[in-house]
Amino acid sequence: MNKQITLAMGNGGEENNELISKVFYKAFKNDILEKSEDAAVIHAGELAFSTDSFTVSPLFFPGGDIGKLAICGTCNDLAMMGAKPKYLTCSVIIEEGFSTRELEKIVRSMKKELESNGAIVVSGDTKVVPRGSVDKIFINTTGIGEIQKKGISSNSISKEDVILVSRDLGRHGATIFAAREGIELSSSLESDCASLTHQVQALIEAGVKITALRDATRGGVSAVLNEWAKQSNICIEVQEDSIPVSAEVYGICEMLGFEAVNLANEGTFVLAIKKEDEQKALNILQTFENSSNAVKIADVSDEYIGKVVLLSSYGTKRFLDTPTGELLPRIC
Amino acid sequence: MCLSIPSKVVKIDLERNVATVDTMGVQREAGLELMEEGDVKIGDYVLLHIGFIMNKIDEEDAMESLKVYNEILQKLDEEERKQMVIDDDNCENRKA
Amino acid sequence: MSELQLKDLYDGFRNPEVIKGFAKLIAEEAKKLPHPINIMEVCGGHTHSIMKFGLPQLLPDNINFIHGPGCPVCIMPKERIDHAYILAELEDTILVTLGDMIKVPGSRGSLQDARAKGADVRFIYSPLDTLKIAEENPEKKIIFFAIGFETTTPMTTALIDIVLKRQIKNIFFHINHVTVPEVMVELIDSRDEHVDSYNNRIDAFLGPSHVSVITGSKIYEKFPKEYNRPVVVAGFEPVDVMEAIFMIVKQFNEGRCELEIEYKRLVTHDGNLKAQALIENYFEKASLFKWRGLGNVPESGYKLRPQFADIDAERIYADILPREEIEDHKLCICGDILRGMAKPDECTIFGTACKPQTPLGSCMVSSEGACAAYYKYGNLLK
Repeated sequence: MNKQITLAMGNGGEENNELISKVFYKAFKNDILEKSEDAAVIHAGELAFSTDSFTVSPLFFPGGDIGKLAICGTCNDLAMMGAKPKYLTCSVIIEEGFSTRELEKIVRSMKKELESNGAIVVSGDTKVVPRGSVDKIFINTTGIGEIQKKGISSNSISKEDVILVSRDLGRHGATIFAAREGIELSSSLESDCASLTHQVQALIEAGVKITALRDATRGGVSAVLNEWAKQSNICIEVQEDSIPVSAEVYGICEMLGFEAVNLANEGTFVLAIKKEDEQKALNILQTFENSSNAVKIADVSDEYIGKVVLLSSYGTKRFLDTPTGELLPRIC
Repeated sequence: MCLSIPSKVVKIDLERNVATVDTMGVQREAGLELMEEGDVKIGDYVLLHIGFIMNKIDEEDAMESLKVYNEILQKLDEEERKQMVIDDDNCENRKA
Repeated sequence: MSELQLKDLYDGFRNPEVIKGFAKLIAEEAKKLPHPINIMEVCGGHTHSIMKFGLPQLLPDNINFIHGPGCPVCIMPKERIDHAYILAELEDTILVTLGDMIKVPGSRGSLQDARAKGADVRFIYSPLDTLKIAEENPEKKIIFFAIGFETTTPMTTALIDIVLKRQIKNIFFHINHVTVPEVMVELIDSRDEHVDSYNNRIDAFLGPSHVSVITGSKIYEKFPKEYNRPVVVAGFEPVDVMEAIFMIVKQFNEGRCELEIEYKRLVTHDGNLKAQALIENYFEKASLFKWRGLGNVPESGYKLRPQFADIDAERIYADILPREEIEDHKLCICGDILRGMAKPDECTIFGTACKPQTPLGSCMVSSEGACAAYYKYGNLLK
C-alpha cells in the first residue's frame, strides 16, 4: 500500500477496499464488521446500525443537496438490511465563513427527508473550524433501525437468485460530474438521490423472498456486483443490453469515457431475489415513481467464481471488474 | 484520450468562436478554431474532441454505410432462410 | 430519403446484428486466406475498442491482432514524465495536463503523487480550460504539458494561437506530441529484422480513426506502395472495426495491396487543412523523439519553432530539466509488446506487480495501453 493516502483510496472501488481491509478491518477485527454488510446487524439480529460521512461537492445539485444525501445515505444503508430507520445522529463540521442561509437550507432538506423515512435525529454535534480546514461543510450521520425481515445478507446469494436493479444507472455520478465540469444539461438529468425505505418495506410486506439488497453508491452497480460475487462465492452473469441507462447519462458517459455501471448512484439499489419471486418483486418496484423501470439484469452461476461477467448481445463476453482509480472524487 | 464523439450543433456564437453541441441531451460548448469560417452550421453533425470541433460528419457517407449494413443483414437473412429450407428438405426424420 | 438522427450515428455502428453479420462474412472470406494474417491496430483507442467489445472472440483463428503503440501516454519516456513532475513542483506554478497523465509513473513518481505531496497539478478535459486557470491565477505561471498524437496536436496549437493573439503572459508549453506514420515505419523495420515466421509479421494496418480525421489518409500512402502493407482507416465502433477487417481480408484474397478508408463519414484523403496549417505554423519536427520501450524514432515528435521560444517551457527551464535517459523496469517487456512481438499476458509481472493501480511499464499506465486493456477486458479472450 502507498506511503500516502491518495484520492483513489476514497473511490468506493478497489483501492478503497484495500485501505479499509489493510488498515481498519485489521485493527478493529470482529465478526460483525467482517460481514461487510451495508449496516451492522446487532442486538441478536433485531437492530441495524450504520454510519456515513458526506463531503459532496457541489453542495447543491440537480435532484438534491448534501442534507438530503446525508439522510438518504444512512437511511438507505439501514433499509438494505431490511430495517426501518428510527433514530439518527447528525454531526457537522462547518468551515468558518459558511453562509448561515445555506446551512438552514441544508437542514430543511434533512428535515424533509427524515419525515419521509419516519425517522428522527436524537443526538448530534456541531464543530466550526478555521477557514480552509474543511471545504464548506462535512456531515456525518449515524442511524439505528428496527429489522423487519431477518437474514438479509450479501453473503448468502446463490444460483437460486436473480439479480434486479431498481432503476436506470449512474444518475448521481453523471449529474455531479456535469455540475462540476460546467456541462450544460438541456434535459432533466438529475441525481437519483432518494430514500428507498418505502420500496423495501413494500417488498417485505408482500413476502418477497429477498436474499440480499445493496444500494449502489460510489463505485456504482459494478462495485456492488463484485462485492456480492466475492462475498457469496458466486459468478454473476449480466446481460449487457438489459442494463437500463437513460439517454442523458449515456451521453455523459460517451463524452467523458465512463461506463454507467461504474458511476455513483444515491437512490438506486440492487436486489438478489429468489427466482420464483422475480415478477412479484418487479411489479412492486414498478409501482413507485423512482423504480418504475426496475428490471432484471443478471443470473447467478458458478462459471467464474468471485467474478462478474458481462454478456454482449452479439455473443462475446468480458469481465466487469471493480472500478479502480479516482473516477470522481467527492461524489457523495 | 482518443475520445471523440458525434454531436449535433445547436447554437453558434461567432463572437466567442464557439458552438454549442448536443450529445443525447447533454450540451457542451466546443471551440471552432479548427474549422474554416462559416463551415459549421446549426444542425450539422460534428466530431467533438477535448473541447473542439474536429470535423463535420458526412451525412451522406454515414447513411450510405448504414444502408450497406442493412443490405448485408438482408442478404444473410435470405441465405439463412434458404439454408433452413435445404436443411429441412434433407432432414433425416423425413426420409420415407 | 429519411433523416439521419444522432442516435443512428451511435446505434447504427454498434448494431449487434451487423456485428454478427460481419463476423459471418469474415469467417467465410477468411477460409480462402493464403496464410494467417496479423493486423496491427496502431491506435490505443482501437485496442481499447477491440478488447472492450470482445472482437477477437468473433474472429477465426487465422486472423490475429497485434497491438500497436498507439497510446501517447504509454510511450512517454520516464525522462519526460520527470519533466512534468519537476515543473509541477516549481514555486508559483500550476502544471496543467490531460487526465490521462495522472497515474503515469516517472522515476520520482506520478503527477498524482506530486499532487498528494502538495504540487499544484490540474487535470483538464480540454486545453481551453487552461485559459480560465490562467485568468484566475494571474500571479502564477501556468505550464501546459501537451500530450497526444496528431489528433490532439492541433488543439494545442489552437491554444497557442489564442495565448499569442490575446497576449496572455502567464501560459507556457511543454510539447510532447508525437506522430503515427514514423513509428509505423520503425515498427515494420525493426520487426522485419526479427521475422522468422508468419507469427511475427505485420501483414496489414488498421489505420487510426481520429488521427486520420486531422491528417487525412494521405499520410499512409507509403505503406502499400513502399512497404507492401495494406492500410484500412477504420472508425472506433465495433461495426467499423469488423467492416475494416473484412476489407483487409478481401484485399488479401483478391491480391490487392491498397490504402482504403472504412471511416468514410469522417476521414478524407486530405484531412482537416486548417488544423494542419496551425500545426505547421507553430511546430516543427524534433529530429529524434524517444518512445518508451521503443527507443528513438526519427522525426516522430513535435517541438515549438524557435521564434516561439518565449513560451517554450522546455527551453525556458532547460537548466533544471534532466536529459539523461532512464531505464525501464528490468522485468518490463513493454518494448516487445509495443512492437507487437509479445502479448501482455506473456509478461511475468502482468497483473501481479504491474497492474493499473501500480503500473510499472508504459503499456499498463494509460487506459488505452495494451496491458491495461488486457487487464480490464482480456481475461476471457480465447
